[in-house]
Amino acid sequence: MVTSLYKFETENLNAWFGSKQVLRNINMKIREKAVTAVIGPSGCGKTTFIRCLNRMHEIVPNAKVSGRVLFNGIDIYNEDIDSVRIRRKMGMVFQKPNPFPMMSIYDNVAAGLKLNGVGDKQKLDSVVERSLKLAILWDEVKDDLNKSGASLSGGQQQRLCMARALAVEPEVMLMDEPCSALDPMATAKIETLIRMLAEDYTVVIVTHNMQQAARVSDFTAFLYLGELVEYGHTKDIFENPKNELTAKYITGEFG
Amino acid sequence: MFKKPLTSDNVFKLLTAAFASSIFIILGLMLYELVKGSQLSIQRFGIEFLVGTKWDPAISQIFGALPLILGTVVTSAIALLIGVPISLGIGLALSEYTPRRLGFAISFLVELLAAVPSVIYGLWGIFTLIPFLRNNVYPYLQATLGFIPLFSGPIYGGGVLTGGIILAIMIIPTVSAVSRDVFSAVPDTQREAMISLGATKWETAKTVVSYARSGVIGAIILGLGRAVGETMAITMVIGNKFQVLPYSLFDAWYTMAAIIANEFTEATYDLYVSALIEVGLVLFFVALIINVLARVIVWRSLRLVRGVARE
Amino acid sequence: MDNYEIRKIKDRLMQILVCLALLVALIPLFSILWEVILKGAPSINLNFLTQPTPTVGEVGGGAANAIQGTLIAVGLASLIGVPLGIVSGIFLSEYSEAKLSLAVRFFNDVLNGFPSIVIGIFGYTLIVLSIGFSVIAAAFALAIIMIPIVTRTTEEVLKLVPATVREAAIALGIPRWRTIISVVLSGARKGIATGILLSLARIAGESAPVLVTMGYWRWWFAGLDMPVANLALNVYIFAISPFESWRALAWGSSLVLILLILGANVIVRAFTKEKY
Repeated sequence: MVTSLYKFETENLNAWFGSKQVLRNINMKIREKAVTAVIGPSGCGKTTFIRCLNRMHEIVPNAKVSGRVLFNGIDIYNEDIDSVRIRRKMGMVFQKPNPFPMMSIYDNVAAGLKLNGVGDKQKLDSVVERSLKLAILWDEVKDDLNKSGASLSGGQQQRLCMARALAVEPEVMLMDEPCSALDPMATAKIETLIRMLAEDYTVVIVTHNMQQAARVSDFTAFLYLGELVEYGHTKDIFENPKNELTAKYITGEFG
Repeated sequence: MFKKPLTSDNVFKLLTAAFASSIFIILGLMLYELVKGSQLSIQRFGIEFLVGTKWDPAISQIFGALPLILGTVVTSAIALLIGVPISLGIGLALSEYTPRRLGFAISFLVELLAAVPSVIYGLWGIFTLIPFLRNNVYPYLQATLGFIPLFSGPIYGGGVLTGGIILAIMIIPTVSAVSRDVFSAVPDTQREAMISLGATKWETAKTVVSYARSGVIGAIILGLGRAVGETMAITMVIGNKFQVLPYSLFDAWYTMAAIIANEFTEATYDLYVSALIEVGLVLFFVALIINVLARVIVWRSLRLVRGVARE
Repeated sequence: MDNYEIRKIKDRLMQILVCLALLVALIPLFSILWEVILKGAPSINLNFLTQPTPTVGEVGGGAANAIQGTLIAVGLASLIGVPLGIVSGIFLSEYSEAKLSLAVRFFNDVLNGFPSIVIGIFGYTLIVLSIGFSVIAAAFALAIIMIPIVTRTTEEVLKLVPATVREAAIALGIPRWRTIISVVLSGARKGIATGILLSLARIAGESAPVLVTMGYWRWWFAGLDMPVANLALNVYIFAISPFESWRALAWGSSLVLILLILGANVIVRAFTKEKY
């Protein structure tokens, strides 16, 4: 699982909401085909960080980004790069599951494919099935693919969203606190899923749950007040943090 | 401790409730009066009134409203055909494509359109719109599409199509405002889901419309309600010609509201007045059904959209 | 990604179309304003504002009686419409969840979109048949048009008054009804006034109900049981007349109407923007 290739390299990444600076000079290299957790107290900028990776931060009015984010070696913030094309290569799962309620489960998963012009029913069928299996949802919904996407439980909805994101075969899965709205059982399923994904995908997961970060990730980045305080192998961060702040956060002294 | 039944608060509630209930009295009384006023005509013509095609106050004193109903339906349909796409475009523009401040300013301007009285639309229709259409638009329309009977025949400027166009302009504020509201109520998480899949702005906008589609239907029906009841503007441009069918879109015609406006003060005998009141009664039911339908759909959709968002 | 270019083109195309839609809607607005100002301004002179409507063929004359008549009709209408509307609005906002409220709100919305000519006929059968064509009949019809507007804006504005204001008053032992009248209403004063202003602007422009309850009148006010001159109705009558001088009066009257109505709308907007 250890390769020398970094999927993402951020160079002096800064981000603002209006005049409020949310990220300060983040320099981080994210390994490919590994799970990287981003942790930190509320407001530390971890959600903003992950949204900078697929250029979702800038869609909010008054949002600004400076610095470079290299994805497969290419700066995605370069003027010549089309943000729409970039997002196509990354899948994102949000804090609150957001399936399309006016579409069926099938259509939810197929949504991304249809955008890209895939119309062949057979191809769609096979990709939908593959994605739902990957998201550990297939067995639960295979007989009800025509039901509305919103008719599932919270945990199922989140897995549906993952299937939807995986269907377009992204290289990266970005997850913004994917389990915070779910119960422990649903959370466990998703964590299993994340570990499985790490074999083929680069996963970046934002979480406020440290135990989850410890369970699930290979690398951990600790953010505080918009700055990258410490970053390294998860084991090292949790058992042997080099920075005092990190230690304090890990032991629950604040945040 | 008992609760005193006649507290000042209870009296207050009763009083205000009584005032509020006046709406039922108003609508009920209106229906009653319309039915009463139509009695003469209903007794004379019965159901024939709705399918009758003759309107002859002068000689035979026979009245039939079918052409009026047709005229209302056709002009409203044209209004929807032209006005709805534009309104949806505006609704999307305001909710998806424009920054907030600009959106406020534009919404304000569109609402001003709604504040212009119907007669002024009519005045503008007669002296500005009709000459413009007659000189610059209709000839080309006829030149290219003249082989279709709809676009054949003499062009005098007013008529069915002009009526439909002016109605379209008049329903745009309503339909676009409601559309904008239902689109804006769609939660951002839906948009973000599409954007993260690599959707373009338009593809995201389509998702928004799809999510809010029952609200859009409500907005359209509301627009229909406005078009159906529109009186002065349409009577000033449609030509007020009672006939079963016009020869084309460029011919004059008549609607239910227009005939009432045009002939009510000239109705010199009871049956004539009663017939016009009966037209009003038909209009009452049409408007009632349309407005009830629209409100039910819009209410339900706004609750749905907001409800899902709240979860 | 074969279809990517097509998607991009579609995206750009729709962006243009959507903005075009905005333009298409605004063109009639500007055209109307332009024409009314251009053609109406020449008519506005001292005569216009002080002379009554001329007889057939007579040159000159003005819209003074129409302005007077419109003000009277609107004023009379508000005597019924405003109290009914405000109290209904109070009920809807204070007892918002009651079943009666849901029904009242629903039918108020229904009445809001109603054809004004049908309301005019209502006024005809109820009042004209007993008293004759009169400003009272017209005011009645206009009041009915007013009520849903005032009700709705009153309700919305009252609902904006924060619950804490009500709670504080009740905690002080003030009975609910007094809370509403003294505290809540005064807080919502501005909003209610703008609602009334909006409804006045709306009925000032109504001509269909006026046509069937009053008809054309070319003299000054002559009693409540008689018709009065009406600005909006005059626009209609003069617009379709064959006389050039009358048509000029139609434009002039339109200009007065537009200034009043749009002016009211601008004022209302200025007030509501303050809230945000």
